[in-house]
Amino acid sequence: MFKKFVIGAAAVAVGGAAIAADISGAGATFPAPIYARWAEIYSKQTGQRMNYQAIGSGGGIKQIKAGTVDFGASDKPLKPQELSEAGLYQFPTVVGGVVPVVNFNGLRAGRLHLTGEVLGDIFLGKIRRWNDPAITKLNPELRIPPAAITVVHRSDGSGTSFLFTSYLSMKNAEWAKKVGASDAVEWPTGLGGKGNDGVTAFVKQTAGSIGYVEYAYAKQNNLPYVAVQNKAGKFVPANAANFAAAAAGARWTSAPGNYLLLLDQPGAATWPITGATFILMRRNQTNAANGQAVLKFFDWAYKNGDAEAAKLDFVPLPLAVKAAIRKQWATNVTAGGKPVYVSR
Amino acid sequence: MSDPTAAGRSPLGEDIFRYLCLSAATLLLVILAGVVVSLAIGGWPAFAKFGFGFLTAERWNPVDDIYGAAGPIVGTLVTSFLSLAIALPLAIGVAVFLTEFAPERLARPIAVAVELLAGIPSIVYGMWGLFVFAPWFAQTVQQPIAMSVTPGSWLDTLTQGVPNGANIFTASIILAIMILPYMAAVFRELLLTVPAQVREAGFGIGCTSFEVTWRICIPYVRTGVLGVIMLGLGRALGETMAVTFIIGNSHGFPKSLFDSGSTIASTIANEFAEASTDMHSAALIALGLVLFLITFGVLALARLLLARTTR
Repeated sequence: MFKKFVIGAAAVAVGGAAIAADISGAGATFPAPIYARWAEIYSKQTGQRMNYQAIGSGGGIKQIKAGTVDFGASDKPLKPQELSEAGLYQFPTVVGGVVPVVNFNGLRAGRLHLTGEVLGDIFLGKIRRWNDPAITKLNPELRIPPAAITVVHRSDGSGTSFLFTSYLSMKNAEWAKKVGASDAVEWPTGLGGKGNDGVTAFVKQTAGSIGYVEYAYAKQNNLPYVAVQNKAGKFVPANAANFAAAAAGARWTSAPGNYLLLLDQPGAATWPITGATFILMRRNQTNAANGQAVLKFFDWAYKNGDAEAAKLDFVPLPLAVKAAIRKQWATNVTAGGKPVYVSR
Repeated sequence: MSDPTAAGRSPLGEDIFRYLCLSAATLLLVILAGVVVSLAIGGWPAFAKFGFGFLTAERWNPVDDIYGAAGPIVGTLVTSFLSLAIALPLAIGVAVFLTEFAPERLARPIAVAVELLAGIPSIVYGMWGLFVFAPWFAQTVQQPIAMSVTPGSWLDTLTQGVPNGANIFTASIILAIMILPYMAAVFRELLLTVPAQVREAGFGIGCTSFEVTWRICIPYVRTGVLGVIMLGLGRALGETMAVTFIIGNSHGFPKSLFDSGSTIASTIANEFAEASTDMHSAALIALGLVLFLITFGVLALARLLLARTTR
């Protein structure tokens, strides 16, 4: 009797899928505000609820590998090899930018120009004063006092640190050799603040300091940021349009496993330290209904979520990229060999 | 037949009660052993790879998977003992004032305030430390000192550091504020156990208040004082959130009083969620075991001292 009931219930759940169970995700803290906002609107429209736990990118990767969640989220994309070993598939959702911020001589946003190499030398502790020739040479029109530089970095593991140190590794050979790129590195100098809040507070409180935060934190706290030289040699301001420019130029369709960093992209308007945040799903879904619900949710978000994303200082992916990603789902997320969701 | 232990009562009830208590006590030991064993298993890869060097090496490099815990260990010990040194005299002062000098109308509100202080969550202390105390400390203490000391003098070496108040000294002060209420409350209870006759006998032979407190009451409760110290130290060793916000979080030895550092607890809190490699997690779990052993060692030492002083 009980057995019959269970089979019946299962049939209803798989066949009907009218009321799918709550879908669960965990991972990166950076996109958590927009995922929460999307989930709120989506559940009002469809009744489908989503439970997202912002436990950090590393935690998101661990949870999806362990199979405790329907999707994981990470600011750090997994390499194609790691994806296939774990039987996972990843796709980007939104784009954001990391900006170096300074507290220095009443400087206004974007006035100080730095290159990636000089940034690397500052964070290596090689450049210790603001009037170092390497800095004054890039800023002939600024009058720079001989103040000491205090480096501020994240103390907790973070996707922001991953993007920033990856960028430094690309532009500064010594950084790549001595420190490298990761969520958490062995910082050669400076002090660590906990979270974007901690870094923001230390930079605000310390004259002559330089740190790095997500763009939204610099904007909301009115912290002057540094204009970093992009691949085209231009010093561009940090803003949504320039993050979008970096995303537009990226070749998503030819990147294996969607492993793509948006750092140092070509183009006159690109912001050099731009990054996407990613969703991780199992290629072979054991619970087809939940897999379908996850993809339905992000399909909806791709189509309807841009305005909300922009309000929260996130940059939506270009339309062409979204279309390519939606097409990938049919072949990359399956249950019993059949696609769980085909986007129209 | 009013004696409850006399015959006629059910021996079964007594037995059940006894075994319930026994199993509760056993369960505690099992849980403790379980914690140690799981930490040892989880941290084993780190101990196996780095051996004793895990405790003495200063490098902490998650990219190359090289882990040495000396910096956080030193930071933990320095901040704990520094905070104890600040909090102990204050705790004694508060407790003595409350028991010896304060009029009833004042004693009650102060006792309540002390309890309130103990009830504030540590994250609040951390935020307050980061946004209020550290900037104030930097402006009114650290920068004037930095301006006035002769470069190269020992005082200059001692007070080197980033001028924003995020350092091991401010972390110790915040810790001291956090452990103070516990220490003061227990100390007050201890002083209240001094029999009134003893105290009055002291006054009777012409002792001053100071002498009664210092020569009679405190020696009377001296074994308990050690308990107070250990309680404070135990809390200071393990405190996480508040320290993480204000200590500056740089691995490696703190080079001066105003240098940024890290503690075992703050390192674990910072990196556990995003530990990318298995060795990274193993090193963090091994750190947890080290902290456990330090706390255990401190408490064992206290027991030993206690046994010697009471003999």
